Amino acid sequence: MVEPQAPPRGTPVGRRVVITMVALGAVGVAAGKWLSQGVSDVVASTIPSLANVLPAAGGFRIYTVTNGYPEIAAADYRLKVTGMVDKELSLSLADLAKLPQTQMTKDFQCVTGWRVEDVPWSGVLLKDVLAVAGVEDGAEALRFTSFDGVYDESLTMDQAMNDIVLVATSMFGEPIQVQHGAPVRLYVVQMYGYKSIKWMDGISVDRKVTPGYWEQRGYDVDAYIGNSNGRSDDPNV
Amino acid sequence: MTQTSEAPTVLLRFTVAERWAHRSIAILTVILLVTAALLYIPDLGGLIGNRQIVRVIHEIAGFALPIPIIVALFSRAFREDTGRLNRFHPSDWQWLRNRHRRDGHIPVGKFNAGQKLNGAFSLGWIIIMFLSGAMMFFSSYFTDDLRTGATFVHDWLGLAVVVVVVGHIYMAYNDATARRGMRTGEVPVTWAQREHAAWAAEELPPVPSASSDGGDAGQ
Repeated sequence: MVEPQAPPRGTPVGRRVVITMVALGAVGVAAGKWLSQGVSDVVASTIPSLANVLPAAGGFRIYTVTNGYPEIAAADYRLKVTGMVDKELSLSLADLAKLPQTQMTKDFQCVTGWRVEDVPWSGVLLKDVLAVAGVEDGAEALRFTSFDGVYDESLTMDQAMNDIVLVATSMFGEPIQVQHGAPVRLYVVQMYGYKSIKWMDGISVDRKVTPGYWEQRGYDVDAYIGNSNGRSDDPNV
Repeated sequence: MTQTSEAPTVLLRFTVAERWAHRSIAILTVILLVTAALLYIPDLGGLIGNRQIVRVIHEIAGFALPIPIIVALFSRAFREDTGRLNRFHPSDWQWLRNRHRRDGHIPVGKFNAGQKLNGAFSLGWIIIMFLSGAMMFFSSYFTDDLRTGATFVHDWLGLAVVVVVVGHIYMAYNDATARRGMRTGEVPVTWAQREHAAWAAEELPPVPSASSDGGDAGQ
């Protein structure tokens, strides 16, 4: 290989490296939406387990608002249904397993932009849980609490009483993992991920909506995917 | 004419300003990589939680990262060394291609070609990570697609940074004298003559020749 005649001071290779990197970075930002999907697809088809380690490979980014992940022994777990109900409930995992089971494969879309496609979920529809308790007249809202002691969420009764809001006990065909909210979490198909409270242990049937943890910090209470929080993602229903 | 000055045993490799710039960037980079791992890897994030605090630390360290570079640009020695890092000579290409590059047969200047590339990569990643991170911080000013793009670049370049920084630390781990140069600023002449022969020759006074009374009369 013949080197070009170098000027006495040498060629500014360092500057060229920096300029090339910055240019590639700009292309990456401009085309990242398509590139990241392509990269995720390639990773998913070659090394599927990598997505569990690297969110950039198409996996979940795990958020908690407290120290570490809260844990509870499966035998000690109870889901309490309280408030404006005919009969207050305290459901063990075995009780939940006896209720009608529903499965669905749907995306998980975060309000910060990432989306995990085609996640298999199963559990009990929220409306089926509420049917056991019996909702009193005048109840318009639901408040969900987490045994992390801090996080809470909300839905209106209209948003909840359908076939797409799930009290989930399983993801990816196995019991929910601790970082995803074991043993029971909510999965609100039509809304951004912050509505799908993890480590859920309480459902309170109320007269009106109490804004949840992130909603007190500026996010929309009605968190429809693609139609809230100033975002335009594809809907998930 | 008689040579009166004694030959030095050490050479000044890095000034105080350069050492502080390096140390500041190193500390900030370690903070950024550790907090990034906690924010990013699910199994690690669960160890300490406190995502909001970890996130703020990452953001502060990220916005602070360019400051040592900007301050160091007031130092003439730093500016001169950035010039040396920037410029490649034919011997640098030779050095990169040669399997026996470490045996000293290619005289290396103050920085070898690997160090020059590391310097360029470092400036490149600092600029890109700063800008893409700022886009994520001020996300409300950008469209969803650009936010996703900034996240994409920040994620994957971050992984590349881990690889290169680990390589940089590994090279330093294997050369205590090089570390001493960055810690105290000085390196022994013998080390400089072995690892950076062309630089040592520049820095040292011309060797007096027995048969000549002139410095560099030569043959």
